[in-house]
Amino acid sequence: MAVKPLTDTEFYKKQTRLALRNCGVIDPESIEEYFAVDGYQALAKALTQLTPEQVIQIMKDSGLRGRGGGGFPTGLKWSFTAANTADQKYVVCNADEGDPGAFMDRSVLEGDPHAIVEAMAICGYATGAAVGYIYVRAEYPIAVKRLEIAIAAAKARGLLGKNIFGSGFDFELHIRLGAGAFVCGEETALMTSIEGNRGEPRPRPPYPAVKGLFGKPTTENNVETFANVPQIILRGAEPFAAMGTEKSKGSKVFALGGNIKNTGLVEIPMGTKLREVIEEIGGGIPNGHTFKAVQTGGPSGGCIPAAYMDIEIDYDNLSAIGCMIGSGGMIVMDDSKCMVDIARFFLDFTVDESCGKCSPCRIGTKRMLEILDKIIAGNGTLEDVDKLEELAYHIKENSLCGLGQTAPNPVLATLRFFRDEYIAHVTEHRCPAGVCKAMLTYKIDPEKCIGCTLCARVCPTGAINGTVKQPHVIDPEKCIKCGACETACKKVHAVYRA
Amino acid sequence: MLKKISKLPFKGTPEQEAGLKAVIAECAGNKSLLMHVMQQAQGIYGYLPFEVQAMIADGMDIPLEHIYGVSTFYAQFALAPKGKYNISVCLGTACYVKGAQAVLDKVQAILGIGSGECTDDGQFSMEACRCIGACGLAPVMMINDDVYGNLVPDQIPGIIEKYRTA
Repeated sequence: MAVKPLTDTEFYKKQTRLALRNCGVIDPESIEEYFAVDGYQALAKALTQLTPEQVIQIMKDSGLRGRGGGGFPTGLKWSFTAANTADQKYVVCNADEGDPGAFMDRSVLEGDPHAIVEAMAICGYATGAAVGYIYVRAEYPIAVKRLEIAIAAAKARGLLGKNIFGSGFDFELHIRLGAGAFVCGEETALMTSIEGNRGEPRPRPPYPAVKGLFGKPTTENNVETFANVPQIILRGAEPFAAMGTEKSKGSKVFALGGNIKNTGLVEIPMGTKLREVIEEIGGGIPNGHTFKAVQTGGPSGGCIPAAYMDIEIDYDNLSAIGCMIGSGGMIVMDDSKCMVDIARFFLDFTVDESCGKCSPCRIGTKRMLEILDKIIAGNGTLEDVDKLEELAYHIKENSLCGLGQTAPNPVLATLRFFRDEYIAHVTEHRCPAGVCKAMLTYKIDPEKCIGCTLCARVCPTGAINGTVKQPHVIDPEKCIKCGACETACKKVHAVYRA
Repeated sequence: MLKKISKLPFKGTPEQEAGLKAVIAECAGNKSLLMHVMQQAQGIYGYLPFEVQAMIADGMDIPLEHIYGVSTFYAQFALAPKGKYNISVCLGTACYVKGAQAVLDKVQAILGIGSGECTDDGQFSMEACRCIGACGLAPVMMINDDVYGNLVPDQIPGIIEKYRTA
């Protein structure tokens, strides 16, 4: 039987790879292979044929918007920095990919590092900056190594350094490593961190375009945003602008994961339906479960329930339902997941990662977590749910930076679409998905039990009684709800959660 | 996040000190390289005891208070030594959805230590870590630089035993 080309498989058929075009195709440690796929042609074109104003105009015409989560038009951002005069300006690449469940930036840095080097040089030319910084998560050692190789190779070829392509334009690039702080993905916090401080955000205004890194005008873009730049400059704005929806152009990379058959990076044109991503590219939900929701945007985002399966994915459609594209994490959840537990998971994350500078975020998220803990422990009331919602709005409106302003989103989104689950927790003291342990009792179905004694033998507290070949019973007083009996009863599935 | 601060007496070798001095000499004068120096120092000593932080403060001419502030802010800077084998269980969303909590519970039950702690014999330390970007393999854990994916709790005893006897 003939082997199908990769692009004919269900997973790749609907994808359009722009940002990921070279990932897995070229050897990322070889500058020659990058040359072979038009590498550094865009930089050559920009430096020798275009003025900085023309470069910015192409970026504006392309309609590219920030892929890190904000969705701010990239060309406009560049023009703000270009408009300011200063003795020194900077370009910063945000490679502090902190959203759990998103790994497209890692993939681009590891698979196509030269594209980022080239794009940053183009941005430097357009905005008048001679120095660039790439701030990479320390969790990505391979990405760091490949960037170092790429920068050294570009320097050796004169593609970084003084008088690039004889144009009189100088550009140097430095790598800085993060040290594990989620808030450093926020642009002002990232700059504070590069300066060698605790990564706390700064109030805006002044915006980075006016006063950014080391107090100088700075353009900051995300890895995936930069990865799109060389192709746009080389091919012109039109092919990119022709893709996508009215206000969201081009393609976006999503990291598909969770309870889905095919996991991995998926690059699709903006405007693709969620159903196509889940059912066709992702291959649906495995193990006989059904789709419950997809979580997007990580700890800053929300979730999309099954009712919105036909939504066309773009910035505005998602924010219209209180969700966001964010950096592009897409975690699929099946019907065995409790949405209150998921909201608590994200809040636990933000409480831990709150930098502590402003009180709405530092104290507010902690209080929200306490309320969620109370609900999950089975002690919640309807007033707690109202209080949780009210607190969420206060934190959103009053926090200093993006982390705090979006921290309540997972709670608000689950309250919006899965309020009935919260209500079941507080009024009936019942977890509909059977996840929250405090509201759970394990029972043995006497009809199914064959008395094999397996469950009684694995029970760590001796809570299961019964004689051989007779139905067993769980003593709820002794049961610690560890679930070992349920795992052990593989043959007849007599143990169930009630 | 509260950090565990080691009460063990500081034991640095002259070689380690020479290594750190060389890093500082390279970076002194550029205060924005502080985190780089601290990362190198942690690479040399395995963690950042106060004595090392004080050396960095002197060498870089930065107040110790500032260095302490930075070391407690970032999750990667350790103020207590780690075990010979450091186990990081990923608690990113994809891993959590696919049962990372059960993996974490199993590791803790086997080693008898909590997150951020080290076994008495210094062999193992463990932590719940942030997304390591291997979401396609969820749930994932790392032991030093080795990555283990698609885990189920039943595999954990075997994996840990491999290191115990290594």
